[in-house]
Amino acid sequence: MCADCPARLADDLDAAFPEFLAHHQDLAYGVAMRMTRHPADAEDLAQEAFIRAYRALLGYEPQRRRELHARGWLIAIVANLGRNRARRGRTAETDLDSIASLTLDERPGPEGIAAGREAARDWRARLDALPPRYGHAVALRHVSGLSYPELAEALGRPVNTVKSDVHRGLRMLRAGLLEEAVDAGLPRKAGAR
Amino acid sequence: MVRALRSTAVPAPVSLADRVLAGVGVVHTWAEIEGPIGPLYVAWGTGGITAVERAGDPDGFETAYGLRHGRTVRRVPAMPPRMADQVARRLRGERTSGPAVDLGRLTAFEQAVLRKTMEIPYGEVRPYAWVAREIERPRAVRAVGSALAGNPVPFVIPCHRVVRTDGHIGEYGAGGPEAKSEVLGVEGVDTVALERLAATGTRFTGSDTTRIYCFPSCRHARRITPVHEVRFHTAQEARTAGYHPCRVCRPLEASPFAA
Repeated sequence: MCADCPARLADDLDAAFPEFLAHHQDLAYGVAMRMTRHPADAEDLAQEAFIRAYRALLGYEPQRRRELHARGWLIAIVANLGRNRARRGRTAETDLDSIASLTLDERPGPEGIAAGREAARDWRARLDALPPRYGHAVALRHVSGLSYPELAEALGRPVNTVKSDVHRGLRMLRAGLLEEAVDAGLPRKAGAR
Repeated sequence: MVRALRSTAVPAPVSLADRVLAGVGVVHTWAEIEGPIGPLYVAWGTGGITAVERAGDPDGFETAYGLRHGRTVRRVPAMPPRMADQVARRLRGERTSGPAVDLGRLTAFEQAVLRKTMEIPYGEVRPYAWVAREIERPRAVRAVGSALAGNPVPFVIPCHRVVRTDGHIGEYGAGGPEAKSEVLGVEGVDTVALERLAATGTRFTGSDTTRIYCFPSCRHARRITPVHEVRFHTAQEARTAGYHPCRVCRPLEASPFAA
């Protein structure tokens, strides 16, 4: 992430914004994708979040832009917008589309890639199966790579709370993996418990 | 496990950045459309249309745009449908409330000149001095000429409908007098006849049945049959003869400062 981004946003917002966007779009899209689970909805959500971020920055004093914790702040915007949209039920009706597009996306290509995609899909499914509070915290920390202070800002909760959410989420994931292994009849690793 | 989780990250689609930048107006967009005398480049931002130019050199257009507006401008295949419809209607001379035009970079005077020019009906012309009088700056005729010469959105704002008080069609930023004559020709204005009429000293035509006088290109003047047509050199002459000015084209005495 660019260390002098906030300073450059403060100096000349229009000149610096494209770079800000380039640095953070994967992060914002990833979070949007987790919230909507549909590529087109995720792109809409990320687009709207960036436009809101730009308008908010326009209204900020240079001092405030300089002190911005860009990633946590941006993800908070994505998350709030995503929650509002979900509440309005915009995503519910597109579930079928999302399944269709996922299968399209993940047509078997060269085998290694296919296997990788399959593994990634399994992991996404495991995350999605967690209670949202924990799944979300784990994803922000370990998929998107946010730091704990950024995570706290994005979720609007204290640092210690989000830390324990991430740890509980990881523990649930591990427990789930163990069950999968048992269901598949694989031998337990010694001392797995 | 942590590494596996990281591998599930998905990159943003390439279209996202373009959509955001166009949405916030940091990047403007442009498209080529059909104009009255050939294709046009039309650029717009969030505030409306910002630039119109006769098609020719796309790279030069983008470069000049960047210098003038301090914005990157990116080509797209077509205008948004609503804007395209409004522009097409404006170019055909139909009544339409749009398209929105962004004149924010111009002075208040320049904006007043251009907004007034937008009121000149399709197929009619008015002198520079008329625009100056209408915006209550009767002595600023030359400044009106400069403002029109700097019209960033020719055709959409019909600066080609403003001509010299002496009847010559005058200069034109989007291709010189020939182009101006050509656009007016498309609109049904016989510029040769207007210039010939002006050369005889005629500035206004009246009807001896209605006793109203007009600019010669006013749609009401064009309805006057030859037997009832009266020609005047000055508005004073028309008034002395007992004629009233048309309420549509609002003819006025030529200003001594006329360009």
